[in-house]
Parts: sequence; C-alpha cells; structure tokens
Amino acid sequence: MKPSRYLVERSTALSRTAVWGAVLAALVLLSLPWWGQPSLMRWAVEVMCFLVLAQMWNLLAGYGGMISVGQQAFVGVGGYGLFIFAQHLGVHPFWAVPLGGVLAALVAAATARLMFRLRAGYFAVGTWVLSEVIRIALSNLSITGGGSGQSLTVMARMPRELRESGTFWIACALLIAASLSINLLLRSRFGLALTAVRDSETAAESQGVDVAGLKFRVYVMAAFGTGLVGALYYLNTLRIAPSSAFDLNWVVAAIFIVVIGGIGTVEGPMLGVALFFGLRWLLADYGSWYWMAMGALAVVVMVVAPQGIWGLIHKKTGIELLPMRRRLRPIP
Amino acid sequence: MSEWIATLIQGCLLGGLYALFAIGLSITYGVMRVVNIAHGDFIVLSAYLAMVPVAMLGVHPFVLVLPVALLMFGVGYGLQRLLLNRTIGPDILPPLLVTFGLSILIQNGLLEIFSADSQALQVGALSTASLDLGAGITIGAFPLLVFLVSLLLTLAISLLFNKTPVGVALRATSDDPATAGLMGIRAKHVYALAMGLSFALVAIGGVLSGARTTFTPASGPASLLYAFEAVVIGGMGSLWGTFAGAVILGVAQAVGAELNAGLGVLSGHLVFLAVLIFKPTGLFARTK
Repeated sequence: MKPSRYLVERSTALSRTAVWGAVLAALVLLSLPWWGQPSLMRWAVEVMCFLVLAQMWNLLAGYGGMISVGQQAFVGVGGYGLFIFAQHLGVHPFWAVPLGGVLAALVAAATARLMFRLRAGYFAVGTWVLSEVIRIALSNLSITGGGSGQSLTVMARMPRELRESGTFWIACALLIAASLSINLLLRSRFGLALTAVRDSETAAESQGVDVAGLKFRVYVMAAFGTGLVGALYYLNTLRIAPSSAFDLNWVVAAIFIVVIGGIGTVEGPMLGVALFFGLRWLLADYGSWYWMAMGALAVVVMVVAPQGIWGLIHKKTGIELLPMRRRLRPIP
Repeated sequence: MSEWIATLIQGCLLGGLYALFAIGLSITYGVMRVVNIAHGDFIVLSAYLAMVPVAMLGVHPFVLVLPVALLMFGVGYGLQRLLLNRTIGPDILPPLLVTFGLSILIQNGLLEIFSADSQALQVGALSTASLDLGAGITIGAFPLLVFLVSLLLTLAISLLFNKTPVGVALRATSDDPATAGLMGIRAKHVYALAMGLSFALVAIGGVLSGARTTFTPASGPASLLYAFEAVVIGGMGSLWGTFAGAVILGVAQAVGAELNAGLGVLSGHLVFLAVLIFKPTGLFARTK
C-alpha cells in the first residue's frame, strides 16, 4: 500500500547530533583564553579568519555563481578601515573592526554595477583589477604610510591580556555569526532563490526571481564578511602594508580551501580549512612545494570530483551534517 | 613637446607587445568562453623556456622564438585536449578554477627551479640600438621590431580566421559547437587548436617580452591583467579592436609613467575602468 501522508523534514538524526557537536566545539573554543597559550590563540584567530574568508568566497561563488579573483580587495579595505578608524579617527580598535567590514561593503556596493558589466570569466579578472587599483592608490597615500604601511600603535595602550582575549573573542564571534547567518540565509526564501539562480539564471528569472538584485546583495554581503576578516586579521598582526593586505594569496587560499573541501556545500570550507592548515603544517619547510601541492590538488579535484572532497563523501555515504534541502518521509 | 611625442610612440610600441598577449586571450575566450587565468604564467614560462638554451648554449633568443612557439602550441593543444576539455560545460567554474590552480603551480614551480631573481634575455646590440626620427625624438629599435612582429601576427591571425577552413571551424564552433558538430567539426579538436594557437602567440610574446624587459616567476599575473584590459578596451569579437585596445593601454601606461614613475600601471587600470563605465561593450566591438 502506498503511504498516503508525507512529512517534510530537513534535519536528520545525524544533523541534530552535528549541531550539538558544533555547540560543544564552540563552547570549548570560547573558553580557550583561560587555558591556551597566547601563541595558540593567535594561531586560532588566523585559522578562523581563513575559515570565514573561505565561507564568504563559497557564498559568492558556490551559491551566488560569481567567481571572483579579487576578494583580497575587501580584505585590504577592511584592514585599512580598521587602521583608519582606530589609528587616525580614535575609534576603539574593537569597534573599528565592524566599521572595517562596513567600509568594505560600501566599496563593494559602489563598484558592483561596474563589475557586473563583465561576464563570467571576465568578471573574475575584473575584480582582480579593482583590487590592484585600490592597492596602488593606497601605496601612494602617505597618511596610511604609503607602500611601507603602518603599525597599529594605539593597541599598545591596551593591557596585553585584554588585547589578546578581545581579539580572540571577536574572531569567535565573527566565525559563529558568519556560520549561523550563512546557514539561516541558505535555508530562507533568499537561499532558495540563490540556489535557483546558480542552477539556471533564465529559469530563476522566469519564476520571478530578481537575479540582478540578488547578485548585488550577495556580492555586498560577501564583501562585508571579507572586510571583517581583513580588519580582524590585522588587529591580530598589528601591522598592515598594501602588498600584504591586497596579496593575491588571500583569494588563492580561499579558493583552494573551498574547491578542495567542496564548493557549494556548507561543510566543504570547514573540511578544506582543516586540510589547508594540516598540509601547511606538514610542508612547513617547503614553501613553494606547499603551494604547488595545493594547486595540483585543486586541479585534480576540479577535474575528477568537481564537488570537492565533501561532495565525494556525501555522494558515497549520503551524509549531510548541515542539510539545506528538504526531503519527504512517508508516514505509514 | 617632443618628449610627449616620444612618450606616445613608446606607449604605442608597448601596446604592440600587449596585443600579442591580448589576442591569445581573446581567441580562447571567443572560441570556448573560458578565461585562462594562467595565461600570464604561460607567458613567463615561455620566457624561461627560452632562457635555458640561451644560458646553456649561448644561442641568440631570436633563434628560439619559433621553437618555443611550436613547443607551446603543443603544450596548449595537449593541455586543452587532456585536461581542460574534461571541464568544459555550461558551468564556467571548473575550467576557470583549473587554470587558476595551474597558475599557482607554474608560479611556484618556476620559483623553485629558477629562484625569485629577475632574469632577462640578452639580445646584444639590438637592445640599445635606436632610430633617430629628428626633432630630438628617438625610438628603440627592438620595441619597434616587437611592434611590427605583433602587427604581422595580428594580420596573419585575422586572415586565418576569415579566409581558411580552420578559421571557419573555429568561428563555427564559437557560434554553436553542437551544430558545428553536425557538419563534421570536432569541437574537442577545435578547442585544442584554439588553445594551441593562443599558446603559440603567448610564447612569441613571452620570448620577445623577456628580451624587452626583465621577468620573475611572479610576473605572470600582471601580463594577464594587461591582456584582459586590452581585450575589454578593444571590445569582444574584433581582433583589430583588441590590437587597438592594447595600443591604448600601452599609451595610457606610458603617459601615466611620464607624469609619475609610480603611476604607469595605475593609469592603464583607470583607462580600463573608464571604458567599462562609459562604453562597456568596448571601443571597437563587433559582436554584443
């Protein structure tokens, strides 16, 4: 007999366990300042920065279908935003971090229409040019130290303990907020529209999705998150220069983490960031070999399993830790 | 006054070099709708390929232009046939990210083999030879030669596209690979030919550029950006438009550098952005 009633559900027993696991992990992470070394805290901030950076690139490319090779523009703008607000305008450094994100979002909003004039592959290179323009302009700006950059000397006034734990907790807050908002966003009506656009722009538009408006919002949101990462990263390192803030390696890292982990999945960037830092630790003494290994791995993944390692695991086992789609369960 | 005329001429000649890079990029985008992010890194790779025999056997770089171009044609053909063709589809993400991965591989591979030191291909007396145009204007003989080579190659490619069966196959596949397939044109082979052609141009540009200025393993991205800007300034679908775009970019950079030594590249970028604002289809676009 065919079942006559169905239940629409999204969560599974595994995914509910995964959520509790994530809550537990977050609590352990938040308590780190009470038991961890300062060096461990700085390292954890770096890892969290790269994870959020990758999540933002995943949102932009994996869900929004916009492949950017210029996200370092927003890392740089966010970082410089921190320095401008904290060092030059006297804002408390911790409050200058969100302002850095806002500045990045404003730059994105101002340039989005222009970049969207470039299609597909050319959009990717166009964003890179934009980043170069901002980098060169800042290199010639003497207030922010020109090409040699500047130090965040206002942080010296803050007690060391507060500085370190404050930076660390801001990083935790950023990671948790970014993960939660991406999950909620993708589960919402907005996320459904976004997935539709990614799969077919024409079909989505015919169903009444405002494609251009949607892309604009995703671009600005990703820039905001990336700007926060930039501000936070340079709050951690206390020194900024155009060549490092606008370094292509930012987006290289984000792309490798997302592609190898699994593009267009929520779990992918988390797996990717673990691989990224794991491999970096293993190949610490072989600088360029590390990047070659990452490049080769990304090429192989794209050719053999475009959905990344997480995609492969999902295909083989059907596991989803943070499911986005709904499924029907017959009620006997 | 004569200083400015000299700057303009230098910019035009620089643009000739960029045209070689840009036309290669334009061909692959035109036929496959794919941007090769590693384009600039293959330019640098070609320069290093020429550098090894120059350093070991002492041959003149010019002797190596043709062999390196043939070799790179093979590399491009093979790369497309064996690797990139597997990723081509309605989704542009896989081919873009594969070339992105290749770009990082090549940069770091070159860094490992040749170190970060800047290199140059020595062309002897030609590098300093110049022509006196009178009124205090002199232009370098070698940049002029590069410009003429670029002009001739653009003409040759334009004839290839418009007058030969290979050109018909390339254009047909660009318009509609499925219908072209019905006419017996194998898209996979045509894609590989387009990539090979692009690589041959890149190789010629790479060797000439290596003799014109210095290069390091990290010089690739800048060349990619210039090639891309030239294509966008010129407009899609027009080879001579791309050539003109490259010349405009070269002039913009030369004029910018004349105003302030640090701003040459920036003024090129700004001209690109200005074109994108006021004439997003490019100045000489033939197709939309």
